[in-house]
Amino acid sequence: MADTKKRNMILTIAALVAWIILLFVFDKVFDPFTMRIFNLCGIYVTLALSLNLINGFTGMFSLGHAGFMAVGAYVSALLTLSPATKAMNFYLAPITPLLANVQMPFLPALLIGGLVAAFVGFLIGWPVLRLRDDYLAIATLGFSEIIRVVITNLQTITNGSLGLKGIPRYTNVWWSWGIAIVAILFMVFLMRGSYGKAFKAIREDDTAAEAMGVGVFRHKVLSFVIASFMAGVGGGLLGHLLGTIDPLMFRFTLTYNILLIVVLGGIGSITGTVIAAIVITVATEALRFLDGDIDLGLFVIPGIPGMRMVVFSILLMCVILFWQRGLMGNRELSWEMLLPARRSAARKPDPSATGQSEGKRD
Amino acid sequence: MTADTFFQHLANALSLGSLYALLAIGYTMVYGVLRLINFAHGDIFMLATYFAFYIATTAIMPWWAVFILAIVLTGIFGVVVERVAYKPLRDYPRMSIMISAIGVSFLIENLATVVFGGRPKAFSVPELFSGLVMFGNVRIITVNLFIPVVTFVMLIILLFVVNKTKTGMAMRAVSTDFDAARLMAIDVNRIISFTFLLGSLLAGVGGVMWSLKYQQLQPLMGIMPGLKCFIAAVIGGIGSIGGAVLGGFILGMIEIMAVAFFPGATGYRDVFAFVLLIIILLVKPSGLLGKSSADKV
Repeated sequence: MADTKKRNMILTIAALVAWIILLFVFDKVFDPFTMRIFNLCGIYVTLALSLNLINGFTGMFSLGHAGFMAVGAYVSALLTLSPATKAMNFYLAPITPLLANVQMPFLPALLIGGLVAAFVGFLIGWPVLRLRDDYLAIATLGFSEIIRVVITNLQTITNGSLGLKGIPRYTNVWWSWGIAIVAILFMVFLMRGSYGKAFKAIREDDTAAEAMGVGVFRHKVLSFVIASFMAGVGGGLLGHLLGTIDPLMFRFTLTYNILLIVVLGGIGSITGTVIAAIVITVATEALRFLDGDIDLGLFVIPGIPGMRMVVFSILLMCVILFWQRGLMGNRELSWEMLLPARRSAARKPDPSATGQSEGKRD
Repeated sequence: MTADTFFQHLANALSLGSLYALLAIGYTMVYGVLRLINFAHGDIFMLATYFAFYIATTAIMPWWAVFILAIVLTGIFGVVVERVAYKPLRDYPRMSIMISAIGVSFLIENLATVVFGGRPKAFSVPELFSGLVMFGNVRIITVNLFIPVVTFVMLIILLFVVNKTKTGMAMRAVSTDFDAARLMAIDVNRIISFTFLLGSLLAGVGGVMWSLKYQQLQPLMGIMPGLKCFIAAVIGGIGSIGGAVLGGFILGMIEIMAVAFFPGATGYRDVFAFVLLIIILLVKPSGLLGKSSADKV
């Protein structure tokens, strides 16, 4: 057993190193447009993991992610914008003197963005997390909408509906994937520890968890705050990738997109989320050809703008209806699964192995 | 503020509240039988307005026939949505159906943007509804008088169906206890379809009257009213038809009056509903007219 553990560790580190080398190669080979998609993949990995922490691992149903992303994106953007660019942005009403001359490097700005988002998450979570299921969903949705409307109306701080332009494009593949990898490792260790076990206990049955001495409310708030932090950092990365943000970006369709990644990957699976984040981000870009004209040689199908999203949502409905458990269900992709020959050889006499393969079939 | 302008605002608030009430009833009934937030309800409401628009521009019919046809189509569409997207998932966890509802709403919105076009369309209003009536110095557009009256009639019909007919009795049974109702040989599938039909018909009525009042159609126009009306249903006490109506009127009143009395709050208009929701959920989670239920282990 210890042997396989060691082997898995080595394989994981090897895969990580391989991925980093691959990113390095991609960075050199691909054009900026393709790299932008790679960056988006990394950012969506972080965001989807954070939503999965709430919805998949702790069993709450939050639809408030767009709001936390907005907080993170705005805070970090306001901290990295140079005073001159700020003055150009705020032509309707001048920016408050408090923020006018602040400028700092990317990393502290991102972290402060995440911390402010976490603080907002705490303020919201404290009252709202007493609610259950669909009430929680609608209340978090409500709060994210409130955040958006407040941002739209705070002209002197956020520039209102005009949004912020000229945000320095610091996000490159190292930032987006570096933070994604940190997020993945953090989630893996969190879920292995006592906190992760408590989260899962709450997901399975919170009354029973309470009876077993798990501080249900405390853990719910903790999970919510951690996820808000990650969402805030993800929002900051997104803002510094796109270079411009405005309140309309953070409508609840954004939350839906992330939720759909979580659903496709499997609610409660880290590896599933990572795979789904990459698949969906690449697929939405790949389906872009549907919006333009399609040349079939003999005749041309005229493109209909928006067709891409229709096809995308039909595919999604198919997943929801016919492929309930998503890619991974709540299981994880492990080295044992990838190396089936060795597993069956090693585990043949073990009765739990048959149970596992039966579980896999459904 | 003079008394005249106050009464004008009041008429406006009453008609907005009626529209919210019609939509909120759909949410509350579906939630009653399936324990599901039908996220697609707002989009069904949006489709009703487009049905009316396209029937009116392609067919030569009197306006009332157009409206009735649009409302019936909306009702059928609601039943189809339930059959296709919710019924296959009925035995899965509630979260799955809710995700499916979000997916359907997403699909309808994207499809509507492609089919109807993203640009707003103008709805031509029959003369009957665009006239002005004077009560002393108070000027009221006739549509603002029609809406509460129609809503009231719809409400009477609905209450009759729910309380006096056999199907209505079955609906109440299903919403009280799903499994027990099934054991009592109630055809649960039929009742659920019927509930969706009623809810979507009312959404259709609301949609047609909405376009008479605001005269502008957009593929995404259903999202905000949809969310607000679910909130109205929660405020009134989810599962209770009277509560949904009460919640709808409270919400309509607050939105119009708050902006009328504090013009500075205009930008925050869409937030009132959510603030109210959070207050209600914290103070009295079962809503104003709802029954509270304890957790059973």
